[in-house]
Amino acid sequence: MDEIRKRFIQGFIILIAILYIGRLFYLQVIDETYKLDAQNNAIRKIVQVPFRGLIYDRNKKLIVYNTPVYDLYITPKKAHVQDTLKFCRLFDITRSEFDSLTHLARIYSPVRPSLFLRQLSKEEYARVQDAMVDYPGFSFQISSLRTYQSKGMANALGYVGEISPERLLKEQEKGNEYYRQGDYVGVTGLERFYEDELRGQRGEKYVMVNSRGVEKGPFKNGEFDREPVAGKNLISSVDIALQDFADSLMQHKVGSVVAIEPSSGEILAMVSAPTYDPSKLSGRTFSKYFQTLNLDPLHPLINRPPSAYYRPGSTFKLIQALIGLQLGVISPSTGFGHAGVPMKCHCGGTSSSIQLGIKNSCNPYFYNVFKRIIYNNKEQNLFKKSAVGLQRWNDMASKFGIGQELGIDLPNETKGKLPSVEYYDKVYKGPLRWKFSNIYSVGIGEGEIVINPLKMANVAAIIANRGWYVRPHLVKGINEAGNIDNKYKEHISVGIDRRHFEPVIEGMVGAVNAGTVAAEARLSDIQICGKTGTSQNKHGQDHAIFIAFAPRENPKIAIAVFIENAGFGGTHSAPIASLCIEKYLKGKVERKAMETRWMNKSYLANVLSAKSASAKPNKEVKATVEKDSTIEDYQLRNLKEELFKLDQANKPKAPIFKIPMQPQAVLPKNQKIVPKKTH
Amino acid sequence: MKREEQISRNLDWVTVLIYILCVVAGWLNIYAAIYNPEHPIWIFDDGFFDTNSGKQLIWIGTTVLLIIAILVIDHRFYDTFAFPIYGFFLFMLLAVLVVGTEVKGSHSWFRIGSFQLQPAEFSKMATCLALAKYLSTPLTNLSRFKDQLNVAIIIAIPPILILASNETGVALVFASFLILLYREGLPGMYPAIFLAVVTLFILSLIFEEWQIYIGLAVVSALVVWAMPRYERKTKNILAILGVAFCMGLFVTGVDWAINNVLKEHQRNRIRVLVDPDFDRKKTGYNVRQAKIAIGSGGLLGKGYLQGTQTKFDFVPEQSTDFIFCTVGEEFGFAGSLTVVGLFIGLMLRLIYLADRQKSRFARVYGYGVVSIIFFHFLVNIGMTIGLMPVIGIPLPFFSYGGSSLWSFSILLFIFLKLDAHRSQMLSRW
Ligand SMILES: [Zn+2]
Repeated sequence: MDEIRKRFIQGFIILIAILYIGRLFYLQVIDETYKLDAQNNAIRKIVQVPFRGLIYDRNKKLIVYNTPVYDLYITPKKAHVQDTLKFCRLFDITRSEFDSLTHLARIYSPVRPSLFLRQLSKEEYARVQDAMVDYPGFSFQISSLRTYQSKGMANALGYVGEISPERLLKEQEKGNEYYRQGDYVGVTGLERFYEDELRGQRGEKYVMVNSRGVEKGPFKNGEFDREPVAGKNLISSVDIALQDFADSLMQHKVGSVVAIEPSSGEILAMVSAPTYDPSKLSGRTFSKYFQTLNLDPLHPLINRPPSAYYRPGSTFKLIQALIGLQLGVISPSTGFGHAGVPMKCHCGGTSSSIQLGIKNSCNPYFYNVFKRIIYNNKEQNLFKKSAVGLQRWNDMASKFGIGQELGIDLPNETKGKLPSVEYYDKVYKGPLRWKFSNIYSVGIGEGEIVINPLKMANVAAIIANRGWYVRPHLVKGINEAGNIDNKYKEHISVGIDRRHFEPVIEGMVGAVNAGTVAAEARLSDIQICGKTGTSQNKHGQDHAIFIAFAPRENPKIAIAVFIENAGFGGTHSAPIASLCIEKYLKGKVERKAMETRWMNKSYLANVLSAKSASAKPNKEVKATVEKDSTIEDYQLRNLKEELFKLDQANKPKAPIFKIPMQPQAVLPKNQKIVPKKTH
Repeated sequence: MKREEQISRNLDWVTVLIYILCVVAGWLNIYAAIYNPEHPIWIFDDGFFDTNSGKQLIWIGTTVLLIIAILVIDHRFYDTFAFPIYGFFLFMLLAVLVVGTEVKGSHSWFRIGSFQLQPAEFSKMATCLALAKYLSTPLTNLSRFKDQLNVAIIIAIPPILILASNETGVALVFASFLILLYREGLPGMYPAIFLAVVTLFILSLIFEEWQIYIGLAVVSALVVWAMPRYERKTKNILAILGVAFCMGLFVTGVDWAINNVLKEHQRNRIRVLVDPDFDRKKTGYNVRQAKIAIGSGGLLGKGYLQGTQTKFDFVPEQSTDFIFCTVGEEFGFAGSLTVVGLFIGLMLRLIYLADRQKSRFARVYGYGVVSIIFFHFLVNIGMTIGLMPVIGIPLPFFSYGGSSLWSFSILLFIFLKLDAHRSQMLSRW
């Protein structure tokens, strides 16, 4: 009996021991989750943000750099603010902001520092520094702020901002696991296009922390740490002096200036007017300023040169002339009269050569040129003739980049529109239901043809080069000049023989010296070759267009100037182009009075009245313009994301940031254009 | 001189060796548990003796003196003075209610300078002596109700007083005397009922009441169905139904008691046992952190003083009740296995020693020592690995704390002293 009971007790003890050993074996050897939990407990990853690459202009002038700023952190448990009002006044925040920030920080962790206020400038820091002794639990950490030297290049450079949840998701779908919530990324412009080069590689440091979140030295002596790699510097092709000059000329105007070096395709200046102050988009003022810009009826956030929609107007006649000559349907000495052409013209009769046709910008002349382009083929049926002719024309015009992406190194480049056979078949509800008389307005750059200023500057460069171009680009080197994608070095032929250019250029010379261009746009010592354009739009004044290159031989600059609702291109855009050419070629402007006058000239009243006129919805517009987003789809935070962040905050990760409360960005409407019907 | 020689020859050195290993390993782990890598304090540094590991070293030193005293005192003293010692500690338990100091909500400490003593810890040893004394009186028989009642009274008084000082953990230890009583002839029905009650208790936590009712009904039906035909009498069937009914009643009672009698924190401690993820931040935190520390140790551990969870204070109470986490994290499964092995070795050795006693007093006392150590082992390690509710009782010889170390050393060495003199002790049975 005793023996049995003794065995029973021994057995019981051994049974428990086996049970415990089994359990321990499971916990310690089999189940790996606790090792992970232990790491989450005691090891914290500290992200070291790399130094973002700098941007220089073509003359090595620094135009974008990083300024040290100070982020204010709060450790709620240690924080003690006796006079909240005084504190709020010191940092220029409201009482409710103060409350919600401290509340968020406390939710994140009472003992770990959370970001309280972002990006205090050196001056602000100096101002508050002495007062900080009264506020224990607050500390500063240095970080950097993107700083833009020039205000005039805001849209082309773009800006950086906290990554949006949508972008984060998109990057992750693309398999890019680099970004985390709260990271700063290039949102638009070059900052976005060259994001991968500029951002560098973030560093990681692993430190051990105790149960209260206090750091306790490197983990495994820094074995897993990785130093941050600074971003690469960009050398922009822009001449910042020319850029700023062009920008100042575009004050009080809405439109674009694009200047290209024809031989290299390097963009010398790219102005989008109105512009904005990019420094205000990189700091604490972001949300407020973004909202203002976003609601501005003039849409300063659209980078107009590669993104806006216009019709080329008469500037398109240059392409028509070149196509006509290449096809052999006209010769340099072909002349046309006004008779039988359903178009008005003020040129005063007959243009007896291509040169005069261009000089006078004669509509009937190019009506006839286009008619020959369309109808000079072997088909008998007019409808068939039209289809074959249009297809051939479309192929040739496409080579000039019309209706195509040029491939500039900026996001959101628009293709524009070049009508094709399929397009008209669709509009007229079936093949062979349209002919030349239905489409002739395209021949003078009106109707269903849509371009952007960049394309037309490139057309000027093509003519300057007599038949080829290099894809326009804003960056001529990464870290060192010339270190760019080969696609920005390649010469692209437009398929027009060199000899056909001289008569066309002769016409452009004529236009400037004695034709449609205002006299003040001439330069005494430099031959400008240019072509005016007047882009019709249903509401308000026409858009004034002028494209040009100079000098005539060995051209150094090709330029396109677009001014919205200004009127006639030769009068309103050509002088600005002329001033820019002078500035670039001579390094200074001698015509000071003219410069001042053009800087002060305002067309804003015209623009605003046109805006109000176009406010009603227009069905035709929708039929013509493909819906393209013209600005970064910048999605903003709402309450849901705030909750998401709070949720994230429970994990040991980046501290909570001040969440900018912003309304949904309204996408600016595309530039309206209306197909022209026959009179 | 002669007596001392005799003691050193007769002392069970196997047990002593295990004891020394436990105490040394315990101290090393206490040092690790409070180790701060930024300010490592070594024995010769200032302030060392203010730390838990420093104080424990003092406790160990004084324990050696205590052990010598125990071994020097005549072995008949414990037998003769068993009841007075029991009485003395009952008095102390009463006294502490009046003049004691409160530590962490428990009003069970005497404070002497910077050191604290908890009479409750010593009352286990005193009760053990008293039980041994009572059961060694001739003609006691644990199958007799009178003896059962007396034994129950001896066991029950200290925990009632201890409960009054709000020290639940220590009070529960007295349940372990069931092992001793079972060994000494208590009908097997009692521990069986006890185990059944504990099982039902846990089941009633995990399952809904009605699920248990159905389970009981099904089991009773199965038992009746499985009975041989000749046993299937109305009387037996009624008895089974009666048992099932009582069990059902018990389950209902448990649910009622949990919801109405227990305090919030006690309820949570029980709930954490069946649902470890419940309330991670508060009650579940200890258990979770303990499991993380042990679980992250792996096969061989992170190395001495290398445990991140240990160094950086993730486990609360780590030098006292959760000392096993240090072992688990820094020495891994190998360390855990060693510690469990030490305890199993100790308990089996003590059972072997107890059974070779000629006197019933020594044998009963020996089993009492095994019972107490087993209960502490069961609950303390069990709670760190999530198999037992969090009951604040120390791991014998390992945990930081003078009362604990003293009382366990006294408990053990009285038995070793008795064992050393087993040939001189008359069997009164
Ligand atoms: Zn004309």
